[in-house]
Order: sequence, then structure tokens, then C-alpha cells
Amino acid sequence: MAGAKPALSPYLNEDHDAFRVQVRRFVERECTPHIDAWEAAGELPRELHRKAADAGLLGIGFPEKLGGVDVPDRFYQQIVVEELARTSAGGLIASLLSHGIASPPLMYAGTPEQQQRFLRPVLAGERIAALAVTEPGGGSDVANLRTRARRDGDHYVVDGQKTFITSGMRADYITLAVRTGEPGLGGVSLLVVEAGTPGFTRSPLQKMGWHCSDTATLYFDGCRVPVSHRIGAENAGFMAIMMNFNNERLMLAAQAWASAQLCYEESLAYARERQTFGKPLLSRQAIRHKLVDMKSRIDAVKAQLDLLTWRVSRGQTPIADLCLLKNLATSTLESVAGEAVQIFGGAGYLRGAKVERVFRETKVLSIGGGASEVMKDLAAKQLGY
Amino acid sequence: MKALVSVKRVVDYNVRVQVKSDGSGVITEGVKHSMNPFDEIAMEEAVRLKEKGKLTEIVAITIGGAKNEETLRSALAFGADRAIHIKEEGDVQPLTAARAFAAALKKEGAQVFFAGKQAIDDDANQTGQMVAALLDIAQATFASKVELDGGKAVVTREVDAGLETLEVDLPAVITTDLRLNEPRYLKLPDIMKAKKKPIETVTFADLGVEKGAALTISKTSAPPKRSKGIMVKTVDELVSALKSKGLV
Ligand SMILES: Cc1cc2nc3c(=O)[nH]c(=O)nc-3n(C[C@H](O)[C@H](O)[C@H](O)COP(=O)(O)OP(=O)(O)OC[C@H]3O[C@@H](n4cnc5c(N)ncnc54)[C@H](O)[C@@H]3O)c2cc1C
Repeated sequence: MAGAKPALSPYLNEDHDAFRVQVRRFVERECTPHIDAWEAAGELPRELHRKAADAGLLGIGFPEKLGGVDVPDRFYQQIVVEELARTSAGGLIASLLSHGIASPPLMYAGTPEQQQRFLRPVLAGERIAALAVTEPGGGSDVANLRTRARRDGDHYVVDGQKTFITSGMRADYITLAVRTGEPGLGGVSLLVVEAGTPGFTRSPLQKMGWHCSDTATLYFDGCRVPVSHRIGAENAGFMAIMMNFNNERLMLAAQAWASAQLCYEESLAYARERQTFGKPLLSRQAIRHKLVDMKSRIDAVKAQLDLLTWRVSRGQTPIADLCLLKNLATSTLESVAGEAVQIFGGAGYLRGAKVERVFRETKVLSIGGGASEVMKDLAAKQLGY
Repeated sequence: MKALVSVKRVVDYNVRVQVKSDGSGVITEGVKHSMNPFDEIAMEEAVRLKEKGKLTEIVAITIGGAKNEETLRSALAFGADRAIHIKEEGDVQPLTAARAFAAALKKEGAQVFFAGKQAIDDDANQTGQMVAALLDIAQATFASKVELDGGKAVVTREVDAGLETLEVDLPAVITTDLRLNEPRYLKLPDIMKAKKKPIETVTFADLGVEKGAALTISKTSAPPKRSKGIMVKTVDELVSALKSKGLV
């Protein structure tokens, strides 16, 4: 078949390709030129959320009746993440798409009124949503979270702290995990807290990477939240949080893969151009082997990523596999980003190189959304060991 | 009022174009293609005019092989109502293209023919003008603003001396310049809906057009390589370097 484009994936069709072209265009025009300024500012402009919504990117995978875009599979979300990752700024993905972890509980368990009020404006890019589960006292042990919500008439009175919260400084709506009942996983509920509610304050955090993503500690001090802001039944929040984690892990794996692929492409291009001892770096066996090792690991991650994306698209929830995929993808990124910086030499250690930024941002993917050690424990348990 | 919009499939503007070793043209095999950016601007303008109620139907038209269907699907995702695919393989020169578009315009009874001012592959900047000449209708090229009202179009053109505003009777040819608008991002639902819109396939023969070569390309070559720059340490050094080259 001379001239015919070979199919590169059994999962993708021309709709995916056409969609990717548009996302890439959006990223090249609306994001790439501004990334350094946003990183310096420590946050994304609100205007970007509106632009992304107008381009039809924020609503992917959310219901059309709320302003979202129904999609036949999860590869569309993956494409958005992959293309945003081309900027090298992981914080862009985390913060622009923080509703991707904050809003699904509303989509699955919210009342129509809650969806209209807290979800629709977020999908329209007019409001920003954040998910607050992690506490200063512990992030991995979600079942033992301590932020307390005490019932008082038709309100909950919330006391406690959340930390490391992505989009936490800018968020208008916080999807907040609280303890409404007994200790352990059976006493957790989800509430939506609006910015400006008395008793709710926040302070910014400085980080190793993800600089364009505002991260915050949130303080709740006698904060009164209407009972009507509770998502789903009381004390039924833990399952929603866990479901959310499965989704988040798939997305984090996609982000890790795309960042690793970027490191590979950047270092290959650099090795082609860079001359050492009178010859291109790429002619050296030590470097060639590094690059093919990077490629083989990246491709293996992609195969598993796509397979699990396909399975999740078909309604499966392979919890253990998702945990292990997250570990495979993030450990691959750690190694690939390290080798990429090595190939760049001193230039890889300086601000301005994409690989420098990715390298600084590897750890957050191995920690956030379930740290590697915790992922292994959960996978082993799920596999019945 | 109906508009016909021509959309050409060209090598993507991001591709670093490479000349074939025998100098007969540039390498197009295995290279990313997309809609000519000026044609995207033409599509966007037509869609905006339809959204304002100034047009009732938009028909996209292209000339080329099977792969051009992709370009038409993009046009349909933009908002064209239907499309015409003039299925012809091989190189098509501006005059042949203009004859085909003129025939289609007549057949469709469209009042406006929108085209990009030029295509970024051969930069000929001829087709729109030739369509107007063949049909003996008005033309307003290099549009930076377009208004349609009644039987007229008011078009602001970017010319060397500044901006020129023309009022032309319809039917007319309007070719679009870079600053006319910023084409929208095509949304996924529109991309999906585009697959259901009709594409009519015709040939030059169906349109009564003879494919002829008025031009022959004698040679294609890469631009000369830029030679290495030099670093100067002071402004004086810079000035004397420029002087020695006779540049100031
Ligand atoms: C930039 C950034 C953004 C974030 N955004 C959000 C957000 O938007 N919302 C949110 O809720 N959270 C967010 N987090 C928090 C993140 O999910 C947590 O950091 C993560 O779950 C780990 O929790 P922790 O930091 O409290 O670590 P800990 O739970 O204290 O764990 C510390 C270390 O010990 C290991 N460990 C823990 N328990 C065990 C065990 N039983 N056996 C062996 N090893 C163990 C862990 O794997 C880890 O390596 C974010 C974090 C970062 C860094």
C-alpha cells in the first residue's frame, strides 16, 4: 500500500487524530508562549480556563447536558494530557485540569442542582475546582483523615486542615473530604466548600516543580457548610474518593509517559546536533544505547497505558493494574528524565531546557495520587497476596 | 445566500520541507499535511458570516486525491454544510483549478467564492483572481475585513499603501489575508458530526474542465544555507564590520 499511512495504534481512529491536531494547535498558540511567565507567576491565569473551555477541552468526558463533551472512550482525555505535556510543564496539566479530580464525584453522585451550580461553571472555564483529601497529618492513609464535619441543623461545621492542594489558592469550589462519622473508611463524606465561606482560609506553598500550579494549605475553622453541599450519602465518601483515584492514576500515568517521551525526543535531537571531540554525540555508543534503552522503556509503558485506557473505557476497573501502571510509568519517567539531563550535560541543568523542568517534576508523579510504596501495597492486596 | 469555499491540502506549515534529490519538487510522501492556513481563514470567515445570518449555506470544495477527504472533513467540522470533492490525482496548476472552481461556482449558483489569498505550498496567489476573470465577476483580494449586505460585499484589503475598501457587486471572489480572523479550534462534537455530512465526488470531466499544464517547473532547489555568524565585542566593531561589507 504505497503512500498509505500505517495505523500506529489499534485504539485510535481519525477522530482521535483530528482532535489531537486541534489540541496541539491550542497548546502551541495559547500555552507554550506563556509557560515561562506562568511558572514565574506561580499560577495560571483564569483566562486560560475560559479559553480551554471555549476550545472544548475542559469538558471532555463530562456529560453534554452540563456543557461537557461525551466521548466514546478514554483516549480523548489521554490526548489532552499528552498534548499539554509537550510544553514540559506538568503544573499546567495538574492545575488546568484540577477539575479532572475535583469534579467526577459531582458527576457521578451530585444532585442536578449541585451539578448546575458547581460543575457547569467549571466546565465552562468560569470557575475553578480543587480536590482536598490530603492532610498535614497524612496523605496516604486516606481512611484515617481527621478533618471533622459536625452536623448542626442544616449545616456542617468543619474544622481541620488540608495540604498540598492543587489549584488550592485559586479554587472557587473545593471538593472536601471530611469525617462525618466513625473512625475509618466508613465515616468519610464529601462536601463542596465555596471560596469566601467564613472560617475557610488558605496559604500558598512553594514547590520543587509544577511552579505554574498554585498549591495550598487550606484551613477550616468553624466553617459552616450547608448540608445540601454534601455529595452523595453521608459517610459514603470513601468509595467516591477511591474511584477518583483510579481515574487519577491513569491520567498521571499518561502524563508520566508523555513527559518521558518528550525527554526522549529532546535528548535525541540534542545528541544529533551536539558535537563532542569532533563528532556528533549521537555517534557514540554510550549515548546511542542510552537512547534506545529510554525508547524501549517508554514504549513498554505506552503499551500498558493504552491497554488499560482501553479496558477502563470498556467499564472495567483493574485497580491493581492501574497502581502498577502508575509505578511503571513514573519510575520510567524518573530514569528517562535523569538520562535526558545527562545527555544534555550542563545545558540540561540550566533553566530553559525542557528536560531540566521535567527532571524537577518527576518526583511529584511518584508521590502524588498515591505514592509508589502505597501503590505496591494496594496492588498486592488487590491481587490477593 | 450560498458561499463556495475552496480548501487545499498542503504540506503542514510546521514541516521542514525537503527538496527531492532530483530537483523535481519537494518531498510530500509520508509528510504531515493539513488545510492551507489561508483557506482556514476563508472557512472561518464564511462560518462567521453564516452565524451572523448573512449566508445560508456553505459548500467546501477541494481538488485532489483520496487524502483530500481529510481536508474536506476539517472544512465540514468548521461548519460547511456539505462538500464537493473534485477527485483528480497529480499536480493541478492554478488555471486548471480556477476553471474547475468557476464551473462549480456556476453550477452551484453561489454568490460568493471564498479562497485563501494563496496556498503555502506554491505561493502562486493566482487562483482566486483567475476564477473572477473566467466568470467575469468582481474580485476583492487580500481581505482583512468582509461585510455582506444585500447584493454587495464591502471588503477591506491590505495593500502596500495601507487599507483600501472596495464595494463589489455579487457574485464575487473574495480572497482572505492573514489578519482577517483567527480560525477557531475545531471541537470534538463538530469533528464527529462532520463525518455525517455529505461529500459529492466529481471529476474535471464532469465539470467540463480540461486539465492542462500552462507552466512547467524546470527546477526546485533548497535556499542557500545560512553561513555562520560572527560575534563582535563592541558597537564600534559592529559598525566597522557593517561598513566593510558596504551595508551602512
Ligand atoms: C504538588 C502536589 C500536589 C498535590 N495535589 C493534591 C491535591 O490536589 N489534592 C490532594 O488531596 N492531595 C494532593 N497532593 C497530596 C498527595 O496525594 C500526597 O502527597 C500523597 O498521597 C502522599 O501523602 P503524604 O505526602 O502525606 O505522604 P505520607 O503518607 O506521609 O508518605 C510518606 C512516604 O511514606 C510512604 N509510606 C506511607 N505509608 C507507607 C506504608 N504503610 N508502608 C510503606 N511506605 C509507606 C509513602 O509511599 C511515601 O513515600 C499533592 C501532592 C503534591 C506534592
